[in-house]
Amino acid sequence: MKLPDKNGHFGQFGGRYVSETLMPALLELEQAYARYKTDREFKAEFAYYLKQYVGRPNPLYFAEKLTKRLGGAKIYLKREDLNHTGAHKINNTIGQGLLAKRMGKRRVIAETGAGQHGVATATVAALMGMECEVFMGAEDIQRQSLNVFRMKLLGATVTSVSSGTATLKDAMNEAMRNWVTTIRDTFYVIGTVAGPHPYPVMVRDFQSIIGREARRQHLRQEGRLPDVLVAAVGGGSNALGLFYPFLKDASVRMVGVEASGYGIPSGRHAAPLCAGSVGVLHGNKTYLLQDDDGQIAHAHSISAGLDYPGVGPEHAWLKDSGRAEYVSITDDEALEGFQALTREEGIIPALESAHAIAHVLKLAPTLSREQSIVVCLSGRGDKDMHTVAQAMGVSL
Amino acid sequence: MTRIGKKFSELKLAKRKALITFITAGDGSLACTERLVPAMAAAGADIIELGVPFSDPMADGLAIQLSSERSLANGTNLTAILSTVKKIRQGCDVPLLLMGYYNPVFVYGIERFCLDAADAGVDGVLLVDLPPEEAAGFSRFAAAAGLDFISLLTPTSDASRIAKVKKIGRGFIYYVSVAGVTGARTTVAQDIGPMVAAIREKASLPVAVGFGISTPEQAAAVAKLADGVVVGSALVKLFEKFAGDELIREITATVRALKAGMEQID
Repeated sequence: MKLPDKNGHFGQFGGRYVSETLMPALLELEQAYARYKTDREFKAEFAYYLKQYVGRPNPLYFAEKLTKRLGGAKIYLKREDLNHTGAHKINNTIGQGLLAKRMGKRRVIAETGAGQHGVATATVAALMGMECEVFMGAEDIQRQSLNVFRMKLLGATVTSVSSGTATLKDAMNEAMRNWVTTIRDTFYVIGTVAGPHPYPVMVRDFQSIIGREARRQHLRQEGRLPDVLVAAVGGGSNALGLFYPFLKDASVRMVGVEASGYGIPSGRHAAPLCAGSVGVLHGNKTYLLQDDDGQIAHAHSISAGLDYPGVGPEHAWLKDSGRAEYVSITDDEALEGFQALTREEGIIPALESAHAIAHVLKLAPTLSREQSIVVCLSGRGDKDMHTVAQAMGVSL
Repeated sequence: MTRIGKKFSELKLAKRKALITFITAGDGSLACTERLVPAMAAAGADIIELGVPFSDPMADGLAIQLSSERSLANGTNLTAILSTVKKIRQGCDVPLLLMGYYNPVFVYGIERFCLDAADAGVDGVLLVDLPPEEAAGFSRFAAAAGLDFISLLTPTSDASRIAKVKKIGRGFIYYVSVAGVTGARTTVAQDIGPMVAAIREKASLPVAVGFGISTPEQAAAVAKLADGVVVGSALVKLFEKFAGDELIREITATVRALKAGMEQID
């Protein structure tokens, strides 16, 4: 069976749960994407920008000191933090930006949580000469003021969203509302592998450069495939980008790391795959944090980029089919991961990526020295200095 | 045929148009909803839509977002809404439909929901984020339970969309007059007439027009073109200022004015 089906379903997950106004736009996008993803000129232009503008391929770095300290499997870092704009998000916004231009759209909009996707979208809008509006929760604007300033410098309008919980999910609601109103000239750049079909597939495809490079690099450096892949999962785009090219390699374990905030028993977390239930939000059916009445719950994570009550539908499918496993890491554990990588390797990770590192701290010692782990270092930590300082009780 | 179908047939014979009014169930309180439904019916509402509140109302403008938040803060859920409908049905026969988002219904269980809703006396259901591509299962259970599944069409819908909706839609078609979210606007969209005519002909169902209609003048203008007129945000906004008896007076006065506007057409 080919997944997803023609309406974007991965088993029961995915689909297109949107208002009728958006359906023609999604169908138009699906057609355009189907046409250009095999178009030689489009592919060449995408490859050009990934190389010359983003700086790909980025290294698969052997973290020798961290490996020695943990005394188990070899740890390799896929260095998405070295990309232009400092995270994996740019891979996707370049792809969607090129598509928007070909579709004749003059304006792009985006939602953002930590601000990384907003910055990546504003960057591409500046590069490609398009108008850009980014929707961001009022609470996140407070937490991530530096990224707000970056977006404004890049020429984007940042619109504060104070409805609901004033975080990422509400920013996405507002972006959808804006898109319904401006559908004829606007392209909605979704930042993760969620939302209505074809976004989960399209974003996965643009991000799968991560896994294609990592697979090739690991084969070259180790002469074999890695044993385990580890990546943080909020919406899940860096994880799926890493996992997807390995799906058919049955020997490769895949571990997605969700954020369990104050701990799953506290109820204040962002781990729908580990502790959520199936529902429909933002255009797709997936695992969600919700109450017994189907009202969406507040998510919590120290990392604004993981602070989302849903997850991409393909992850929901990979969980139920057993192909990937999903675990969770608390705020405190993530901070330990953050410190460990900073001190051992001189690499300051984003708090999102620190969740993946924190899981590696637990996993690596349980594996043999002949085995290896590839962990996606999805972004760099510059944006998180204020949050980390606050957590450590330091005032800047 | 449900009360909705019968109402449109009756109105057609009398050469009149349906006034469809929307309030969020549980805004004010469910006790308030229970009083408002018969009061709106007596003031001239032909069909009443009760909004089922959702935490993430993506298709709604500010007025209905705030209304949903107020209702959820009152502890409203589907079970309580259905028991309110049951109470309303003891003395009121106005056609009733529930309007909202898919998730609360999905979590309740779609088959169980359709059976319970029909049992409570609901006539139809409109789910804004359940397009025809995803609606096959739900529309089957709705039909089996005797509920009308009301479908939406919009200015962006072409002939292929109308054909898709025709296959599953029952009762009437809700034509969203603008590409946008719910909420009052100063002018009514221009291209309503031809779209409504095309839909009515192709889908062979009555067509009601909603989104952005708030004044008696706008209602009258749209009533000339369509089989029904939906007014929501203009009523919902009254909950921001009024409560109790005063709220009921304001709502019924507004409904009466809308109805009077619509009755002036030849």
